[in-house]
Amino acid sequence: MSTLAGFFALLLHMALMLTTAPLLIGLARKAKARMVGREGPPIVQPWRDIARLLRKQPVVAESTSWLFRAAPLVSLAATMSAAALVPSFALGMLSGDASDLLVLAGLLGLGRATLALAGMDTGTSFGGIGASREMTFAVVAEPALLLVVYTLALLAGTTNLDAISSLIASGVLGLRISMAMALVAACLVAIAECGRVPVDNPATHLELTMVHEAMVLEYSGRHLALIELTAALRLLVWTSLILVIFAPFGIAPHPAEGGAWIVLLWVGGVLAWGVKVAILGLVLAAFETTRAKLRVFRVPELLGAALLLGFLAAILLFVSQGFAAELPRIGGLG
Amino acid sequence: MSATLLQGLVLVMAIQLFAAPLLAARAPRLGFMASFLCCATGAIIQLIYLFSGAPTAELVVPFGLAGQGTVLSIDGLSGLFLLLVMLAGSAASLALLDDHGHPIPTAPAVPVFIGSMMLCLLAADAFALVVGFEAMSVASFILVITQHRDVQVQAAGRLYIGMAVWSGLCLIAAVALLAPHGASFAAMRASPPSAVVGWVVLGLALLGPGSKAGLVPLHIWLPPAHAAAPAPVSALMSGAMTKVALYVLIRLVFDLAGPAQALWWGLPLIALGIASALLGALRANMEGDIKTVLACSTIENVGLVAIGLGIALAARGADLAALSSLAAGAALLHTMAHGGFKTLLFLASGAIQYGAGSRSFNALGGLIKRMPITAGVMLLAGASLAGLPPTPGFASEWMLFQSVLGAVRLGGLALQVISVVLAATLALATALAAAAAVRLIGVALLGRPRSQGAAEAHEAGPPLRWAMLLSALGVVLVGLFPGVMLWFAGPAMAVIVHGNMQDRIGYLGFATAADGPGYAPIFVLVLMALAVVAIWMVLQARAVPGHRAGPLWDCGFGAPPSWQPYGDPLAQYSATSFAQPLRRVLGTTLLGAREVVDMPRPGEIRPASISVRMADPADSWLLAPLARTREFFSRLTDRLHFITVRQALTLMVLVLVGLLLFIAAVEQL
Repeated sequence: MSTLAGFFALLLHMALMLTTAPLLIGLARKAKARMVGREGPPIVQPWRDIARLLRKQPVVAESTSWLFRAAPLVSLAATMSAAALVPSFALGMLSGDASDLLVLAGLLGLGRATLALAGMDTGTSFGGIGASREMTFAVVAEPALLLVVYTLALLAGTTNLDAISSLIASGVLGLRISMAMALVAACLVAIAECGRVPVDNPATHLELTMVHEAMVLEYSGRHLALIELTAALRLLVWTSLILVIFAPFGIAPHPAEGGAWIVLLWVGGVLAWGVKVAILGLVLAAFETTRAKLRVFRVPELLGAALLLGFLAAILLFVSQGFAAELPRIGGLG
Repeated sequence: MSATLLQGLVLVMAIQLFAAPLLAARAPRLGFMASFLCCATGAIIQLIYLFSGAPTAELVVPFGLAGQGTVLSIDGLSGLFLLLVMLAGSAASLALLDDHGHPIPTAPAVPVFIGSMMLCLLAADAFALVVGFEAMSVASFILVITQHRDVQVQAAGRLYIGMAVWSGLCLIAAVALLAPHGASFAAMRASPPSAVVGWVVLGLALLGPGSKAGLVPLHIWLPPAHAAAPAPVSALMSGAMTKVALYVLIRLVFDLAGPAQALWWGLPLIALGIASALLGALRANMEGDIKTVLACSTIENVGLVAIGLGIALAARGADLAALSSLAAGAALLHTMAHGGFKTLLFLASGAIQYGAGSRSFNALGGLIKRMPITAGVMLLAGASLAGLPPTPGFASEWMLFQSVLGAVRLGGLALQVISVVLAATLALATALAAAAAVRLIGVALLGRPRSQGAAEAHEAGPPLRWAMLLSALGVVLVGLFPGVMLWFAGPAMAVIVHGNMQDRIGYLGFATAADGPGYAPIFVLVLMALAVVAIWMVLQARAVPGHRAGPLWDCGFGAPPSWQPYGDPLAQYSATSFAQPLRRVLGTTLLGAREVVDMPRPGEIRPASISVRMADPADSWLLAPLARTREFFSRLTDRLHFITVRQALTLMVLVLVGLLLFIAAVEQL
């Protein structure tokens, strides 16, 4: 019964993630436009763009190989797999046991490396510069991300996202300064990984930005549709990840705990998640309107701050918890 | 049964050491064929041995020291490493058959090299261990200087033999300290060294076998030597020899230096591991030659293994059984994974060197179209190098990170801070390795060709192709079934940390603890396959099929000039440009990278130029002072050549008096 419920939760979750992802982008664009006094496109515009691109036959540069054509598929598949691991409205999905934070980081890395290779495959300077900068940002973002994972694992005793989230949702951990620091670090990493202002500007591929959009400059037609969907989904995965760890309010419990009311709890979970995602989307828009894009070589400093916060979060935990014996068992070790 | 298997292995080793070289001297191809058959047989024997649970067996052969014979034995640890050496040996021997009609002149050294690695692993007394280690050094030195007319190869050979002599001396000193009551391993185990002697042995093991494995700070020989040797030999050196050196390190520190060490014994290993991982991964992003890049990445991966071993040793000292076996498992799994994918990458580098005529990034590009098989296996191995799921590199790095997390329980705040630093460094090294893998594949295989050779590249011959495909199969199997690999490694873990992970592994994956987080590559693969199928179905239903070919857009892109029909290489991102952001962010501090801009004044007609200078810290802090010291002493001795007879006589008398005084003083003590 619980497995079946987990399966349905996963199906519903994937459908929600895929449909909401372009809407989140649309919401952020609309809000940004309104904040600077423009009307802005409707919220469903990203979906319309994707549908329009799907109807167009792609033009593929002659010098590219099969990898260029396969990359959008692989990178979307990797991001979808990552999306399947991050709980949105309910815990205890079928993928719960495998929802490991390190696997999640690995899958997002796979998506990134695939697109970077596709950028290199075009053989243009735009593709190369985008790929090079994307990988450099990943190099500085990854340590900060892993320190956030480290802090969470210290608190919860595991790297399993489902378990971490249910522990935090249960409220036994209480409010902690380390969590606040980890939250800021996670947000900075998320901004870098999703290519948002001030790290990258998703609205243009001019020389001033030249990261993600430069990397995928040669794409068109259905390939571009897949890439746009990948970028949108990645933003939603990070949003959901931050929500499920730092604000798991209203999330439906495991089907086994929910009992007969599970469907109602799910409905509540979906509503709560939708509201939370919308709020984060508005916050993102407000943040992006008030910030200018950083110079490329200032980005490592920003992510260095995230790294420092991650360090402080972990070390504060050690100091506040005193001795090793009082720490929870990491993954049952020791 | 294990005694029979050991006899079979010893026979294989004897053929490799004595018969195959003779054959190779007469007919190189026959020699390589014999070496391949021997290695394949050895690999099958190893598989049977590991399947049967790896019981220890011993054999005394009547060679070696007078009246003592040589003790050979096999246990779980040597069995696992032998499997790796045999598999890498078969791949390399097979690849060497693809010689384009010009077999390498140093052919007899190949079977000797493989045989001496086997001797190193089978040795159960100090004598055989040292002989095996030295023979391995000499044979690989001969192979490194195969192209001895090249000045760079000569320099690489000199550096290599110097470091090999040094590591051999350290090994001899270490086993001499361990063997006051007999040279066999059994006698060494019976009388573990005192604390101080143990520390000296640890230091010698890190400096000797450690340098052979490629641990910082004595890693400098590795990049030039790997670049100089023929590609299949580099594959053997990187995939097998560095692992044999790690085996010797493990044998000395974990086994022969006593069954229990203090917790801090792990710290030097961890420190050197961190330094190697960072430096290797960063240099892998900077070098301009594909084989040098691969060699630098070997330094990184050996560093990762050393981190795992260090945590295992510290956890063994702290009596954390579950953590020590997890860390040891991470180290062993990474050893096997790296042995597989690095062998594959070096073989592919050989295919590129011959097929496209160069190893330099500046002359490659676009090979994926003309060399589809080489490119395919390189993509697989590159993903593993980058530590991406579901490849074996990810599985072992996952375990390594989990053991770093577990390391917080080792002790007080200092150790906990070390564990945080370790987590961040590990992430940095992994991300750097991913960037290096993207650069390697993106510049060499993708994009447009940068030279005529790359534009007319051709695929490797059938033997090399098969060698690559078989290695790729091995990488895929280890990647999909890491649990089975860890089951094979169980007896080895028993030797290293007196425990294993049998209760935490399954056919599909493994977990850190019975109730801890787990990793199952099959699940990731299924998830991705489902996603691909779903996208495919949507595309079939909604999207317009097919695609049109058109010229590059790139905000306006001219047609290639007539003298460069494959396109102007300057219009494409190069390996140096790809590395530029990382060089500025990390290279300035770690590698001392400086950009020297030569800008002509207005009115001058010479061209402007920019050049980059950087150096490995070990070069500037270790090798350069060493060279200066040698220079100083050689000048000093040079002065002695020109002294008068009277001065010479005085000097001799003074030295004699000094020696007599010294002896008198020693007598008094």
